[in-house]
Amino acid sequence: MERLDVLKTYKLYINGAFPRTESGRSIALKNTRGKVIAHICHGSRKDLRNAVEAARAAQEKWAGRDAYNRGQILYRMAEMMEGKRDEFAEAIRVTGGATAAAARKEVAASIDRLVCFAGWCDKFAQVLGGHNPVAGPHYNFTIPEPTGVVGVVAPDEPALLGLITLIGPAICAGNTVVAIASQKHPLPAAVFGEVCATSDVPSGVVNIITGKRAELLEHLARHREVDAISAANLRKNQAAILRAGMAENLKRVSVRKLNADDWHDADAGESPWAIEPVVEMKTIWHPSAS
Amino acid sequence: MIEENSGLHAEAAGTEWSYAPAPESLKVEIAEKYGLFINGRFVAPKSHKYFPTINPASEETLSQIAEAGGRDVEAAVAAAKAAQPAWARLKPTERAKFLFRIARRIQERTNELAVLETMDNGKPIAESRNVDLPLVAQHFFYHAGWCDKLKYAFPGRDPKPLGVCGQIIPWNFPLLMMAWKLAPALACGNTCVIKPAETTSLTALRLAEIFREIDLPPGVVNIVTGAGATGQMIVRHKAVNKIAFTGSTEVGKQIAAACADTDKRLTLELGGKSPHIIFENAALDQAIEGAITGIYFNQGHVCCAGSRLLVQESILDEVVSRLRERIKSLRMGDPLDKNTDVGAINSAEQLATVRYYIESGLEEGASIINSSDEPLPERGYWCRPCFFTDVQPSQLIAREEIFGPVLAVMSFRTPEEAISKANNTPYGLAAGIWTDKGSKMFEMAKRLKAGVVWCNGYNLFDPASPFGGYKESGFGREGGLQGLSAYVRM
Repeated sequence: MERLDVLKTYKLYINGAFPRTESGRSIALKNTRGKVIAHICHGSRKDLRNAVEAARAAQEKWAGRDAYNRGQILYRMAEMMEGKRDEFAEAIRVTGGATAAAARKEVAASIDRLVCFAGWCDKFAQVLGGHNPVAGPHYNFTIPEPTGVVGVVAPDEPALLGLITLIGPAICAGNTVVAIASQKHPLPAAVFGEVCATSDVPSGVVNIITGKRAELLEHLARHREVDAISAANLRKNQAAILRAGMAENLKRVSVRKLNADDWHDADAGESPWAIEPVVEMKTIWHPSAS
Repeated sequence: MIEENSGLHAEAAGTEWSYAPAPESLKVEIAEKYGLFINGRFVAPKSHKYFPTINPASEETLSQIAEAGGRDVEAAVAAAKAAQPAWARLKPTERAKFLFRIARRIQERTNELAVLETMDNGKPIAESRNVDLPLVAQHFFYHAGWCDKLKYAFPGRDPKPLGVCGQIIPWNFPLLMMAWKLAPALACGNTCVIKPAETTSLTALRLAEIFREIDLPPGVVNIVTGAGATGQMIVRHKAVNKIAFTGSTEVGKQIAAACADTDKRLTLELGGKSPHIIFENAALDQAIEGAITGIYFNQGHVCCAGSRLLVQESILDEVVSRLRERIKSLRMGDPLDKNTDVGAINSAEQLATVRYYIESGLEEGASIINSSDEPLPERGYWCRPCFFTDVQPSQLIAREEIFGPVLAVMSFRTPEEAISKANNTPYGLAAGIWTDKGSKMFEMAKRLKAGVVWCNGYNLFDPASPFGGYKESGFGREGGLQGLSAYVRM
């Protein structure tokens, strides 16, 4: 008899650990030929709330790290991804997220993007902020600060590059993240959780929930401890659900529209203007006359 | 010592050191009624409705203002939409010249605009002439210069105008808020439909005259006067590409909800309950002045007013005693008098709100110190500047935005406690810090969740300096390079 595969159940990634969903639900994940290849957690509102709690608890310390240190940690995450290139590519391909060649290209682009944001950590503040020449004897400057806890809603495709493109700017700036993975192709996000767990990123900085987007969106949108949401390529009604959540606590909501080529375009994905939606500008005044 | 001496001297002379009235003598013309400013012309409202605008210091009716209805808003948006492509195509250096001209004419008509602002709003003439108007002119001048430099403002980007901007502004700084909204929008090649607050339309309509004087192309700015219903029509209009609102957090949330299923861009500059922190090593004379202007400037009708004074415990008694002295010297009265420090509350409605909070403070057990016991004028809307001591952070006066001359004084022991008290609010607009120790100041400035932090100063504004809030004080910035991004597509 042929050896039986050990079917893996991929779990959530919350606060640096891999809990099963508290709901006990799972989703069978099939390959393109319809064969079950793994199970994945069908995350619930409670899981999402736990993730937000972890992200909130981790945020101040993460933001308080030196920008250089955050940059090194993001680079370490990229290094760990590099070691899992084949696993990522297979995770994208197996559920039909891309052809084998396109999946490899997506993995490479995702790693490069994370490296890019590793480099932005100690630079974007100089591009987005600055000194303001006010009229009068005052020294006045503006600096970007992290918004806080950022909800990320990854697009279905590209499952990995989409996720990294949205998470990268947020953690680069000192935010912590609760990400809802691609519903169609959740495996790459689950593998990314394993990358986070084995790199130096502190617990709670990145949290990943898998499951059904429609169930989770409203809870993310209405959560008062979520300070901003970054999403891409949502259907109009789903974007409206997120924006309606602004009325709860004035969370900042940015829903980007990117076509397949845009995701690979550095101008669209890697510019400091991708960081701007998840930072707050703080302006500080001080008299300069004695 | 000096104070004592001067007191003796005054007694010896047998007189009090009081000021003679010094009313502003410039008379401004006000029409009996005003239409809407649409497509470069004043037109009667298709709604056929008008409402009175009054002088809050005398309750006298100044004029009748048009109330824009659905068809009026429609016409204004259509005019803005029609004018936008040509405005955006103008050579940027030429577009700039229109804004420079506006700035110049505002400077030249400052006295008239300041008097009108004071009559319609109730703020002291010293403030409208020396603070509001110079900032209004400077705001247009600053943004004029951006018109031809936008491509350098955003590295790697090619900024484009958004289209038609719907802008809704409050009554506390009528002209200044108008400048904050119009100048960046116009500089970036957008056209505007703007609604002043219903109690303060007069200076907006005066600015429309300036737009005509300087030949601003018709439709580039359209002014629709009216109340909340008119504002809602702008927010809901499908041809409006961007909404910029300054006002209460409550209305801001309603606007966010109303725009949820649209692609409208949105910036909101909302309420605050800003902490003003005095450390024991502060330069106390200056800190007291800062605390006073922080809350009593513009009758406390300031979204970033320093309405929670947090004083280090070791100096609490001294600070309270000095505040008690200082508040007595504030002169409340005729806003057109050049010596007036505190003018009239803008409306009967706002006066009722402020009184409600003062009552709640007394009921909840806080102690009040008023500026004086003199009787209030018989006509007009007046509220004595006051502050509360014995305030608990859980009390309404310590939590909610009052938007009046009411200060809540509380204490703290350590910087850590100051931070936690200061940040314990859903708001995050501004904060003040008084200390002579640089490292403490920067640590506080870093950890305060506020969009503007004034160190050893308060209520400072400049067009080059971005203004706007964290958390429920809204999002987006106004002023500076960062303020431009709210008016471009990149």
